[in-house]
Amino acid sequence: MELTGVHKSFGPHAVLRGVDLAVRRRETLVIIGRSGTGKSVALRHVVGLERPNRGEVRVFGHDIQKASRRQIHEIRSRTGFLFQSGALLNWMTIEENVALPLLEHNRRMPPDEVEDRVLAKLKLVGMESARRKLPAQISGGMKKRAALARATVLDPDLVLYDEPTSGLDPVIASTINELINRTREALGTTQIVVTHDMESAYSIADRIAMLCEGRIICLGTPQEIRSSDNPIVQQFIQGKTSGPLALES
Amino acid sequence: MFSGIHRLGAFLIESTHGAGYGIWLLLHTLMQVPAIVRTKSRKDLYRQMFICGIQTIPVTVVVSIFTGMILALNGGLSLEQIGQEGLIGRIVAVSMAREMGPFMTALILAASVGSAMAAELGTMKVSEEIDALEVMSIDPGRFLVLPRVLSMAVMTPVVTIYIVLVGTLGGAASAYFQYDISFERFRTDALEYLTLKDIYTGILKAFIFGTVISIVGCSEGLRARGGAIGVGSATRQSVVISYLLIIVLGYYVTFTFYYIEW
Ligand SMILES: Nc1ncnc2c1ncn2[C@@H]1O[C@H](COP(=O)(O)OP(=O)(O)OP(=O)(O)O)[C@@H](O)[C@H]1O
Ligand SMILES: [Mg+2]
Repeated sequence: MELTGVHKSFGPHAVLRGVDLAVRRRETLVIIGRSGTGKSVALRHVVGLERPNRGEVRVFGHDIQKASRRQIHEIRSRTGFLFQSGALLNWMTIEENVALPLLEHNRRMPPDEVEDRVLAKLKLVGMESARRKLPAQISGGMKKRAALARATVLDPDLVLYDEPTSGLDPVIASTINELINRTREALGTTQIVVTHDMESAYSIADRIAMLCEGRIICLGTPQEIRSSDNPIVQQFIQGKTSGPLALES
Repeated sequence: MFSGIHRLGAFLIESTHGAGYGIWLLLHTLMQVPAIVRTKSRKDLYRQMFICGIQTIPVTVVVSIFTGMILALNGGLSLEQIGQEGLIGRIVAVSMAREMGPFMTALILAASVGSAMAAELGTMKVSEEIDALEVMSIDPGRFLVLPRVLSMAVMTPVVTIYIVLVGTLGGAASAYFQYDISFERFRTDALEYLTLKDIYTGILKAFIFGTVISIVGCSEGLRARGGAIGVGSATRQSVVISYLLIIVLGYYVTFTFYYIEW
């Protein structure tokens, strides 16, 4: 997975201004950055939900802009995406939501096998007791966990997490962190995680990238990030109000 | 002045874009029809059919009874002057079957079901659910639009049929109470005059209206942008556009079948 010189604007508003980022196989890369710097937008480029104005996005060896429908389909079926808001379908139960990718991608899978796999994934996120509920009947944190189960139900090669721990209590947040670590160890998954939560970033990241004003300004292991001499990075990871990052912009 | 031209231009571009998207969505959805036969989850299709056909019954019954009564009352007023109240039956039956039945059905379904489609898909769009479907490689056209269009294309004619029946009964009641026309006489006159053509043009109209309403609702919903405000305006747009298309298309269908000599 590789972004090279990606530019993206919405009207006059330039969000990404030349993002270069290469993710190694089987690593967990964490992207940090302030709210509204385009972390979600960058993630959406990886699965072709946004097209760059300039630059190149390569996933599994395909250039996403030149990829045929088939190739996009292949990329997407090997990718899991946890949306910031969960994005569960509201008229389906949790169980049906999680089963959806299985049913749509392996039409021939027997129903009991589907059920077993769904149940196993829901157990991992501690949601098996709420499996018959509708998304509107559960809390935000539970939605996020259900969405996590859905994103990983196909055992994808690449999983993208958009703020997996925001809005969760500390205990569940660390469970999710463990889950992310375990997914990689068990399945050798490559993962990109967008987060504001530095504690979570330190506990899951192989490398951390900081996005600021449309560019990656710093990339390194958690150790390197902690000892970075970039004042912006230091201000962000320590959550200080004074420093080069102003409230404006 | 300049801003006026600018706005007119923006409006035209936006409308063209909307129309283009609507037509694309219709064709795209039609190409997916074989998929519904293969799919395992028809839950959404049945749910949509229930919403169109069953949930709307209370309002359609009231509207159709009163439409029939108004037709009988008004028709009777003119016919009475020439001493032909006996012909109320045909007036009510023919105008219900050919025009008012499909028309009333379409207005009710556009306002209730079509707008709900726009609101539902619009909400899904702004809350990333549509994106989630795309990432799972599930085509929103097949998964969301197809069951909605199919259920409306099937259920609008069904609803029209019972609106026509109930409305004609309403007309018969009005004829009986206001003009003393017996039910027997009303029925004989209505059936004698009503042709098969009236019935199938009515049903064809209903089919066209149902397809149009659902495509407009879905395409406005899928084009929604920018949170709750975007969903609100998509909903409003879907009703306005559907109403305009119903009126215009209704005219042309009648024109095609009754004015042009085949
Ligand atoms: N479809 C769009 N149309 C217009 N502007 C957009 C669109 N998507 C994102 N933006 C803009 O891009 C910027 C970055 O948005 P993004 O959602 O990527 O931020 P983020 O870094 O994920 O923030 P957060 O941490 O709050 O989720 C925002 O200013 C937003 O207004
Ligand atoms: Mg975001």
